Amino acid sequence: MPLTLCRIDDRLIHGQVVLGWGAPLGVDLIVLVDEAVRDNAWEREIYRMAVPQGVEVEFLGADEAGSRLREWADGHRRVFVLTGDIATMERLVERGDGAITRINLGGVHRQPGRRERLRYLYLSEDEVDRLRKLAESGVHVTAQDVPTAMPVTLQALLG
Amino acid sequence: MSAELRGVVLAHGELAGAMVAAAEEISGVHDALLPVSNSGCDRARLEERLSNAIAGRQALVFVDLPSGSCFIAAMRAIGSLGPDVRVVTGTNLSMLIDFLFHRTLSLDEAATRAGDMGVRAIGER
Repeated sequence: MPLTLCRIDDRLIHGQVVLGWGAPLGVDLIVLVDEAVRDNAWEREIYRMAVPQGVEVEFLGADEAGSRLREWADGHRRVFVLTGDIATMERLVERGDGAITRINLGGVHRQPGRRERLRYLYLSEDEVDRLRKLAESGVHVTAQDVPTAMPVTLQALLG
Repeated sequence: MSAELRGVVLAHGELAGAMVAAAEEISGVHDALLPVSNSGCDRARLEERLSNAIAGRQALVFVDLPSGSCFIAAMRAIGSLGPDVRVVTGTNLSMLIDFLFHRTLSLDEAATRAGDMGVRAIGER
């Protein structure tokens, strides 16, 4: 079964993720790819508390997760891969042996050097370049904060 | 009388401001609850907003959902501030109004009471 959702969201696991997307998609496993969370027991515990009963969660770094993407994509579980930034998702795509075919931009918020593209999406020039390269490599990139919103294509986003 | 606790309502969208306004209108007690919204925030900005609202005081943080970015930010505040912060989830008006009249309790007592009051407000008729 292809990966159910590969999302970039700097809030990591939160309401839109577990309730907005996870529940209607029937997700079995959320993979949070964030080395700071992976390495901190308190952070892992907090995020585990935010995941509904019956949904498994794994906390991994980019290299570990990247090496398992193909296994998840070929397995029977519905797997939701979540990163907090574009660069980490890019690393997963590079290591994923074609397992990531679609990327959902769900929340990249205001920071110095970023420009507003959508209400929930601010991008720096470096991030724009990374997204263009991902699209050129064949990955379908869209922005969509919640399932009921219309997805916005990268072309529409960046012009 | 011990120092009064700070109450912070941390919620999605415009909910925190609306709940604080309603609690103030009903109770007549003003400036004892501070609203914090997660709108437009990444994790760092939301935690900064929450930290500014707590402002070094003993605080009870009322969170709307027992999951989500608000919950995560509140729990991380416990991680950084320790016993000076307690978190109650599933915020409703009953618990907020009751809290406004019991701000001299200890933080642990206030947290337990808020949870109890919130649950007692839920019913089916």
